[in-house]
Amino acid sequence: MTLALQLLGIHKRFGSVKALTGADFSLEKGEIHALLGENGAGKSTLMHIAAGMVKPDQGAILVHGSPLNPGSPRSASRAGVGMVHQHFTSIPAFSVGENVALAAKWAVQPRRIHSRVVELSQRLGFDLDPDVRVETLSVTQLQRLEIVKALATGATILLFDEPTGSLAPQESDALLHLIERLVLQGGSAVLITHKLNEALKHAKRLTVLRRGEVTLQGAASQFTAHDLARAMLGEDMPSDIRAPGHSVGGVVVDAVGISVMPIDGRGPGLLGATFQLRAGEVVGLAAVQGNGERELIRAVAGLVRPSRGTLSKPQPVAFVPEDRTNEGLIAQFSITENMILGSDRTAPWVHHGLLDTGMAGQAASRLIERFGIIAPGPDVTAGSLSGGNQQKLILARALEMKSPVIVAENPTRGLDVRAARSALRQLAEAAAGGAAVMIYCTDLDELFLASDRILVVSGGRVIEAPPRPDREMIGRLMLSGASAA
Amino acid sequence: MRSGITRGGEVLRALFFVAGAIAAGLLILGAGLHAAGYDAAAALQALWRGAFGSWYAITSGTLVRAIPLIIIGSGIAIAFRGGALNIGAEGQFCAGAIAATWVGLHVGGLPGWLAIGVVLLASTGAGALWIAVPVWLRLQFGVLEVITTLLLNFVAEALVSLMVQGPLQEARGFYPQSDPIAESARLPFLPGTRMHAGFLLAILLAASLAFLASRTLWGFKLRAAGANPRAALVSGRIQVPRMVATALMISGMLGGLAGGVEISGVSLALFQNLSPGYGFTAIAVALLARLQPLAVIGTGILFAALETGAGAMQRDAGIPSVTVYLVEAVIIIVVLLVDVFSRRHRNVMVPDSPAAG
Amino acid sequence: MSGSLVGDTSIVVLLGGFMAAAVRVASPLLLAALGETVSERGGVLNLALEGSMLCGALAAALGAKQGGPWIGLGAAILAGAFVALVLALISVWLGADQVITGTALTLAAIGVTGAVYRQVYGSGGVGLTVPTFPTKAVPLLHHIPILGPAFFAQPAPVYLSLLFIPLIWAVLFRSRWGLSLRACGESSSSAAAAGVRVRSMRAVGVIMSGAMGGLGGATLVLAQVGTFAERMTAGRGFVAIAIVVLGRWNPLWVAAGALLFGVLSALQYLFQAKGIALPYQLFMMMPYLVTLLALAGSRGRAAAPAELGRAG
Repeated sequence: MTLALQLLGIHKRFGSVKALTGADFSLEKGEIHALLGENGAGKSTLMHIAAGMVKPDQGAILVHGSPLNPGSPRSASRAGVGMVHQHFTSIPAFSVGENVALAAKWAVQPRRIHSRVVELSQRLGFDLDPDVRVETLSVTQLQRLEIVKALATGATILLFDEPTGSLAPQESDALLHLIERLVLQGGSAVLITHKLNEALKHAKRLTVLRRGEVTLQGAASQFTAHDLARAMLGEDMPSDIRAPGHSVGGVVVDAVGISVMPIDGRGPGLLGATFQLRAGEVVGLAAVQGNGERELIRAVAGLVRPSRGTLSKPQPVAFVPEDRTNEGLIAQFSITENMILGSDRTAPWVHHGLLDTGMAGQAASRLIERFGIIAPGPDVTAGSLSGGNQQKLILARALEMKSPVIVAENPTRGLDVRAARSALRQLAEAAAGGAAVMIYCTDLDELFLASDRILVVSGGRVIEAPPRPDREMIGRLMLSGASAA
Repeated sequence: MRSGITRGGEVLRALFFVAGAIAAGLLILGAGLHAAGYDAAAALQALWRGAFGSWYAITSGTLVRAIPLIIIGSGIAIAFRGGALNIGAEGQFCAGAIAATWVGLHVGGLPGWLAIGVVLLASTGAGALWIAVPVWLRLQFGVLEVITTLLLNFVAEALVSLMVQGPLQEARGFYPQSDPIAESARLPFLPGTRMHAGFLLAILLAASLAFLASRTLWGFKLRAAGANPRAALVSGRIQVPRMVATALMISGMLGGLAGGVEISGVSLALFQNLSPGYGFTAIAVALLARLQPLAVIGTGILFAALETGAGAMQRDAGIPSVTVYLVEAVIIIVVLLVDVFSRRHRNVMVPDSPAAG
Repeated sequence: MSGSLVGDTSIVVLLGGFMAAAVRVASPLLLAALGETVSERGGVLNLALEGSMLCGALAAALGAKQGGPWIGLGAAILAGAFVALVLALISVWLGADQVITGTALTLAAIGVTGAVYRQVYGSGGVGLTVPTFPTKAVPLLHHIPILGPAFFAQPAPVYLSLLFIPLIWAVLFRSRWGLSLRACGESSSSAAAAGVRVRSMRAVGVIMSGAMGGLGGATLVLAQVGTFAERMTAGRGFVAIAIVVLGRWNPLWVAAGALLFGVLSALQYLFQAKGIALPYQLFMMMPYLVTLLALAGSRGRAAAPAELGRAG
């Protein structure tokens, strides 16, 4: 048996945080190897080290038995290691061809680039137009572009970082089959994921990381989902989110045939959507990114105005944006300042237009305590908080508005399981307290856990899912209107 | 751009760094002069004498020169806080000066307080009008105000030249300058000096803007709009474009007012090259004050002192007065670098998910 | 004299002179704006461009006095690049604010050039004339009516500036280096993921822009004025930055913008020659006003590199 990639005794720390402590990992030639772990367990860091993007403090990297120069992307790339990133690394303003040429260091000869990209994508069994600008691509196409880029660099060892994170179930399957096809053509692949079933179904072997250490390693056939969950979390999954026994009240948001122009000029926007939100319920929103879900949420939040139809809703609506550091918070502002960001003249710390910073600070301190935000005090900048605590701050601010409607856009993005569950639980509690809550979530499992009912947005239209749907059905609905896009 | 609600310790720290920066600037000047074969000590002494050496130097030189810097600088501080880069204060100054002259020539019949009021109001209005174009272009077409305010500086300069050779030229028609404005439209002076009431006005304005910026909800929202427009809109529901427009208008009005004050208190007539670059120096003044209008009083006086002292340095030690710009640049850069390093030191981020992205 | 018929040779000669003046006025702007295009494509707003031009102008004058115009040209490139190098160190490597640093460096350049000039030539600065580039006509081509005098009967630096148009275009859009540089301007993280050394690329882009700014300043001295005066660039560096926005960061459109500016500035001579009496200040204003209008028409920021002006 030949090993394509070996990582031996890898140590890495970022400041005071130990990301990896003596992690070992090996990838056999021609296998799909799943690398599992919570957010922050160190799996991305380990693969970034393999790709030369992060330099380990200690440890060795071997490709086909010969050592790599640690922390050198060139060295890794020359040895045939390529990374397919979770956050797409293509440049929106460039064409597909320019992006591939950039990654593969090709000479800039438009005609030659064109033919090589076409050739590569045909080998993989799809079409990718080299001349279109990347900003017009769908998520699936972006993913394919990332793969083409990796192959164009001559990579035979492909590291996939959470590749199915923002895909519908059927699209995920298609992608995983593509990876299987790559492996059959002589490659090897690491699949970073936190989806247990995906790992068990498609990987030959798997490795689980927890807090920077390997807690489980072996053939996929040996383990059950329960084993993996234990290895990932160190304990059983936290229990259910929903607080039982609450009642659904009257309609608070009523949308009739509303249309919204696409927010950044991409996708269909929202085309004549009709739906209602009632007091005390959690409504989940399922959608493949860019099908109008963003427009729907932001219309309810009052950030965009429908171009057609009627939308009646209370004022104001509390909103939790997906992009924490660009939209949710001002990183260089203190916790107090972020808390009072949306204050108007009626806020208790505003007297006749003047700001009582002392009073605001005290209010922020109370909020920090009540919501369990881990911070030295209300004066530290929001940018210095961890992602989980940033999300707590945003949620705390939204819940403090005591608004009858709360909408949240992907509130668990980038959070570890515990932080994600805590965020969802807080939203559920708000619903139990009588608010109407709407959540859009790319992770269907979380959506199922948190929601009372599910609306699917596809091709700009809204479809109500039948009671107790399964993944397959939601997936079909998510893709049903995609052709309209 | 700047962090946080001001705390006493931070103000002291900032003062300390500014003092250090001044020392660094003067040190570099001294070293350069020494290398060029001048008597550095004598030059620096002349600089000091020219700026602070006598009651007359302080009141008639330094403080008079500080007036436009403080007025313009506190307006620029407001604009920059809102993320609006008005670098056209020079043009707004010219527009204000033209309006003040025009009105000032025709208000001879009015009582003094009213004549001055009308003149200053006219100059403020002219400044507002001058910046209204960039504001409109930004709101309507998204053209960056950095570029448009800058372009209008050149237009304003040409306009002054046109005025003093055309409609506003002195009755004799000899020099390219206007007649002096009416007696009643002139600001009162401190007897025995050239110091005029504009200084009080400047202090008052800076103090009010400081209050507006750091004590009111509006000031807070302005800072949020400048620090992160998207978050301000999405999470703060702040109407960012309106905020930016208001901030720009304020700074434009103050630019115009500074021109009016200069006419009414110092030059008493319109000339070409009326401003020795007040509009640009005021940017440095505002930045050095970390966009705190109250601190602008201090930095405005500092830069006025440097530029006034530079004149004496040239007279007494034969050193070109323009070298003072080098000192100003060094001060700005040193403060900037201190900022960069202390920011790195303070905000060691703890990554949530190491190296992701 | 006037009142001649269309087709009269005097009109052709007049237009030829007018276009020649327009190109000559445009060429320092063209060089500086093309340089700025490179810097901004890499994501750095080089506001020290005016400083580079000014230092370039002085270096050109001093160098030409010592060793002739070509030495002056070389000295100007070095001086302009040096100013940009300081900007690169402070704002690209250390991550300080680009706008503030650039402004401060321009201020420093005013101080240093003023001081050096007075140190060398005394406070009056009288009688500084430097050897300039002679007009070199391209055989045959310079006979083409109107365009001949404009493009084929100019001093060497003007030809150089015209040559830079396709050159900069090719560097940006047909070379791997240009692709990498543009990637830095759009997304430093994506560029880094593709193995591009973002800071080095940006620094080189900035230094190139400074060198070209210096060359622009030299052109002003060695192909137009023939002497140096304090603050003689009079804001041309800033105008060049406006032209880059106007030209939407594309060297070809930037060149068109610079030429338009030159044409509008040269109108003054045309009107004077035709004996039309309008205050000259109107002609001084016009290029700026037209640029302003054109900016409104071109809809602002749409084509700007995504990371332009961000610190770090």
